[in-house]
Amino acid sequence: MSRWVAFWSILVKDMRAYYLKPPNISWGLIFPLAWTGMFFIKSGGGIEDLLALLPGVVAISILFGTTSMLAVTVTFEKKNRSFERLLLAPISLELLMLAKTAGAILFGVANAFVPVAMAVFFTDLSRVAWGAVVPAVVLIAVSSAFLGLFIAVSVSEVFEAQTFSNFFRFPMIFLCGLFFPIEQLPALLRPLSYALPLTYGADILHRGFGGVSLMPVAMDFGMLLFFCATLFLISLRNIKRRWIV
Amino acid sequence: MKNATPVIEACNLVKRFGDITAVDSVTFNVLEGELFGFLGPNGAGKTTTINMLTGLARPDAGTIRIAGIDCSKAPKAAQHLLGVVPDESNLYPELSGFDNLCFCGALYGLRKQERQARALELLEQFGLADAADRKFAGYSRGMKRKLTIAAGIIHSPRILFLDEPTTGIDVVSARQIRQLIADLNAGGTTVFLTTHYIEEAERLCRRIAFIVRGRLVRIDTVDSLMRQTDGRHVVRFAMADGAGGLCEAISGAFPHLQCQTVSKESILVESREPVRIGPLVRFIEERGAEVSEARKLRPSLEDVFVSITGIAAAAMKQEQEKRKAGGGV
Ligand SMILES: Nc1ncnc2c1ncn2[C@@H]1O[C@H](COP(=O)(O)OP(=O)(O)O)[C@@H](O)[C@H]1O
Ligand SMILES: [Mg+2]
Repeated sequence: MSRWVAFWSILVKDMRAYYLKPPNISWGLIFPLAWTGMFFIKSGGGIEDLLALLPGVVAISILFGTTSMLAVTVTFEKKNRSFERLLLAPISLELLMLAKTAGAILFGVANAFVPVAMAVFFTDLSRVAWGAVVPAVVLIAVSSAFLGLFIAVSVSEVFEAQTFSNFFRFPMIFLCGLFFPIEQLPALLRPLSYALPLTYGADILHRGFGGVSLMPVAMDFGMLLFFCATLFLISLRNIKRRWIV
Repeated sequence: MKNATPVIEACNLVKRFGDITAVDSVTFNVLEGELFGFLGPNGAGKTTTINMLTGLARPDAGTIRIAGIDCSKAPKAAQHLLGVVPDESNLYPELSGFDNLCFCGALYGLRKQERQARALELLEQFGLADAADRKFAGYSRGMKRKLTIAAGIIHSPRILFLDEPTTGIDVVSARQIRQLIADLNAGGTTVFLTTHYIEEAERLCRRIAFIVRGRLVRIDTVDSLMRQTDGRHVVRFAMADGAGGLCEAISGAFPHLQCQTVSKESILVESREPVRIGPLVRFIEERGAEVSEARKLRPSLEDVFVSITGIAAAAMKQEQEKRKAGGGV
C-alpha cells in the first residue's frame, strides 16, 4: 500500500511541477494545431480530408508530447540529482519508472484529444470506431513514453535528450505512414517503418477514423505491446547499469 | 553503548572506477544508536561508501548488512530504514519547502495527514516555518541544507546518513545543524556522518573512522583517540613584540623541550613531561621579549589525525573549501 502512496505522489508531483505549467500546455495545444493547419493547407482538400489527416495529427501530438516530457522528468532530475531521492526510496525500480512515465502517458493521451476536439467542429465523427481509436491512443502514448524513457536514460544532458528525441521523432513523421502510406516509401526505407512502434499505432488509427489499414488490427496491437515491453525493459536495464554504478 | 548490536556491517567493501580504487577493502560496524564519524580529505571515498551502503552504487566486492538484512545483492532491501542527506541540496527547486517535505514523506509511504503534520513540525523545528510556502529555489544555502536534512528525516529513519552536512554554509546554520544532529542521535537515531571538519567529528561523534585514499587507517572512539595524546604536553607562548630567534634559544637552554615557531608572535613548546611555565617566561623575558600570553593547550583530535594519517589538517580543509567554492550548487 505504501508503495502506491509513493507512486501516486511521484505522478502528482510531476504533473504539478511540469505538466500543468503554461508552456507545456501551450506546447500540447499549439503544436497539434500547427501540424493540422500545415497538412490541411498543403492537401488543399475539403472537410472530408480532415478526417484522413486526423490519425497522423493525433499520433504526432502524442509522440511529441510524451517524449518531450521525459527529457524533463527524468534527464533534468538526473542532472540536478533529485533523481537520487527516487532511487533511494523504498520502491522497486519498475514501479518508480512506471510512476515517472505515467504522467507523460496521461499527458500524451490528453494531447491526442486536442485535435479530435477541434475536429468535432468541422467534421462528422459519428463513424469513428472509438473502440479501436481509444486503446490505440493509449498504447501509442505508452510506447512513445517508453521511447522517451529509453532516450532519457541514454543521455546525461537535457539538450542531448531533445536532440536525440528529434533524431527519432522527425523521421518517424514520414516513416510511420502518418500522412501518406508506407507503400509510397522507397523500398529501402520500408523495413525501417516496420521497426518503429508508431507505424502500428498509426495503422490502427487510420482504420479507426474510417480509412484502411495495412495490417490486421490484432497484429498492430500485438506489435505495440511488444514495443512497450521491450523499450521498458531495456530502459530499466540501462538505469540499473548506468545509474546505479 | 547500552545496546551494542551492529546496524551497519560493512565487510571488505571495494569500489573501483576504472583505474581508481575509490574504496579499498573497507570494513567497519556501526552500532545501534551510535553517532559514527567518517573523517577524511577530499576524494577519500566517503561519498562512495555512503552510496554503496544506501543502494546508489554497487560494490565491486564485499558485503553489506543493514539491520541484519543482507544488502550486498539486494541494495533496496533495507532502504525503508534509511534516511539519506546528500552532500548537495537536491530537493525540487520548483516546489515549496512544505511541498518538498510532503513529497519526500510520501516516497516513504507516509499518508497525507501524517506527512503534512511531520512537515509542519520539522519546518518549525528547523526554523523554516516562515519560508514554508516559498520555493526551494529561492532559499539561502543554509536554509537549503536545513530543508534537505529535514527531508532526510521526515519518515523518522532508524539510520541517518549525513554527507558533509555543514560544508559550505554559514557559521550560525552550521552550529544549528550540529545541534540538530546531536538531538536526533539523543533521540535514538543511528547517525553515519561524513565530514572533513576534525573539530566537528570530535565534538559530535562517539566513534570515528579515518579514511584516506579509500582505505580505513584507524577506527576508534574519540575518547581513546584522545588518550593517545595524553603523554604530550603543549604550551603556547605569545609575544607582543615578535618571537624571532626564541625557539633556537629555548631549545638550546632546555634540551628536553621541543620548540616550534607557529607564527610571527607565537611559539609552541612541547614535552613528554608537564611543561613548567615560570622558568620559561623568565627565560624569554630575560632575552628582552615580553610574554603576552602563556597557555596550556588541550590535545586535539587534529593532532591525532595528523599523526596517524600524515595529512596536515589545514591542507585538507583548504582543499575542500576550494572544491566547494569552485563547484557551487
Ligand atoms: N562516478 C564516479 N566515476 C569515477 N570516479 C569517481 C566516481 N565517484 C567517485 N569517484 C572517484 O572516487 C574517489 C572517491 O570519491 P568520493 O567518494 O566522492 O570522495 P569523498 O566523498 O571522500 O570526497 C575520487 O577519486 C573520485 O574522483
Ligand atoms: Mg563526498
